[in-house]
Amino acid sequence: MVDVPEELRYTKEHEWARVEGDRARVGITAFAQEQLGDVVFVELPKVGATVMSMKTFGVVESVKAVSDLFAPLTGEVVEVNAELGKKPELVNSDPYGQGWMLVIKLAKPAEAGELMTAEAYRRFVESAAH
Amino acid sequence: MPETTPATSPAGPHASQLKRTPLFDVHVQAGAKMVPFGGWEMPVQYTGILDEHRAVRRAVGLFDISHMGEFEVEGPGALAAVQRLTTNDASTLALDQVQYSLFCTPEGGIVDDLTLYRLGTDHYMLTVNASTIDKDWAWVTGHAGGARWRNASAETALLAVQGPRAEALVQRLADRDVTGIRYYHFARGAVAGAPALISRTGYTGEDGFELYVAADRAAALWHALMEAGRPDGIQPIGLGARDTLRLEMKFALYGNDIDETTNPLEAGLGWVVKPAKGEFIGRDAIEALRGRGVPRKLIGFEMQERAVPRHGYRLLAAGAEAGLVTSGSFSPSLERSIGIGYVRADLAAVGTGLDVEIRGQAHPARVAKTPFHPSRAKK
Repeated sequence: MVDVPEELRYTKEHEWARVEGDRARVGITAFAQEQLGDVVFVELPKVGATVMSMKTFGVVESVKAVSDLFAPLTGEVVEVNAELGKKPELVNSDPYGQGWMLVIKLAKPAEAGELMTAEAYRRFVESAAH
Repeated sequence: MPETTPATSPAGPHASQLKRTPLFDVHVQAGAKMVPFGGWEMPVQYTGILDEHRAVRRAVGLFDISHMGEFEVEGPGALAAVQRLTTNDASTLALDQVQYSLFCTPEGGIVDDLTLYRLGTDHYMLTVNASTIDKDWAWVTGHAGGARWRNASAETALLAVQGPRAEALVQRLADRDVTGIRYYHFARGAVAGAPALISRTGYTGEDGFELYVAADRAAALWHALMEAGRPDGIQPIGLGARDTLRLEMKFALYGNDIDETTNPLEAGLGWVVKPAKGEFIGRDAIEALRGRGVPRKLIGFEMQERAVPRHGYRLLAAGAEAGLVTSGSFSPSLERSIGIGYVRADLAAVGTGLDVEIRGQAHPARVAKTPFHPSRAKK
């Protein structure tokens, strides 16, 4: 069973968002990293950049594939996980923890209501896997 | 994160039409991730590509490469047929010897790359790529009539045992000495009771063997090798690591780095083209190219940053188009991104600075000495 933490919100592109006040921490799900395999490179925007809900904000490369990253929410990037520059494998080993990618200062907090709950995402992954 | 773009090509047809090797169930039970490859449903990884790659470099890995094709040709016309079809000189082969070779078109394009085994006085086996079995079969039977050909692909399984501990492992299970089998030579013997052609060849740059056995012996041999290799740290290895291992050696992958639009000279395979042996398909065209000189060359390059080059990306020099990436990956041994591709011949010298266009942006790279990682195959 794939790990899908209850307190997070999810996109159908397999990103998660941890909304806390007017900010959201963002990464990719355990299911996503498992599908990708060994992550070797993560390309992220700079602090100060604007990301738009469901538009690409970066790229994750595994040994065998390259995938776009989609922003769950609109806003300004206020933190990026610089650690991933040296240790991209954190995306595999700890996708919901040390493998986080961005913190976004939300421009449209109401968008969070459009993201999937853990329950809905779990069903989504199960249907995608069959 | 949308669906991923697999870098392991060529892509095959829809899953329902995919072929399976005799070890399909073994892979599924071992937890492999199965993917389409060249018309086959194959394991791309078990534990992970990086882990599997390192197991082969440090210990020993077991590969199912039964998807590859085996053709036999026998009879008084066998050598003449092989000489006409392949670019290397088969007449030099001893009775226990293997040779790397090519099929070429009359225009000098590469139909496939292959290994040629001399099984007997007038008896040869050609091991060809999985994705080209049907094309190759039509090619050999269409261009070398008179000789007696047999397509043994379906009844033959092929297991590769590769890595610094491969020799000792195979020796423990073999009923004959295997340590004396030299690189690109073979012997017949039994391994774990299965009659096998034991070939000192591989696609990894490590010492090791490729074991040809009857399809119905494959599963028992696989389990015997996994069991006997446990103290050595043996792991099953998928096509993902097979690709990164061969890329570190700059071994060409048919369909990625070489195909009918590329010729042996620009691909760095001129050493297996032997015009002195006499007539063969493609000889005149390749000799004409040799006379003129080829305008591009297949080179290896190292990225100066972590972004990963992929098949089809453009190579640039001073902002202008200079060539094309044909294979690329993160190199687990070098811990940096590497690739191979065709560049203008004047840019092929080791140390030359290039850029790889990745998602619209130029990323610096440098032409590298190859193999990227030192070969430890027994010479």
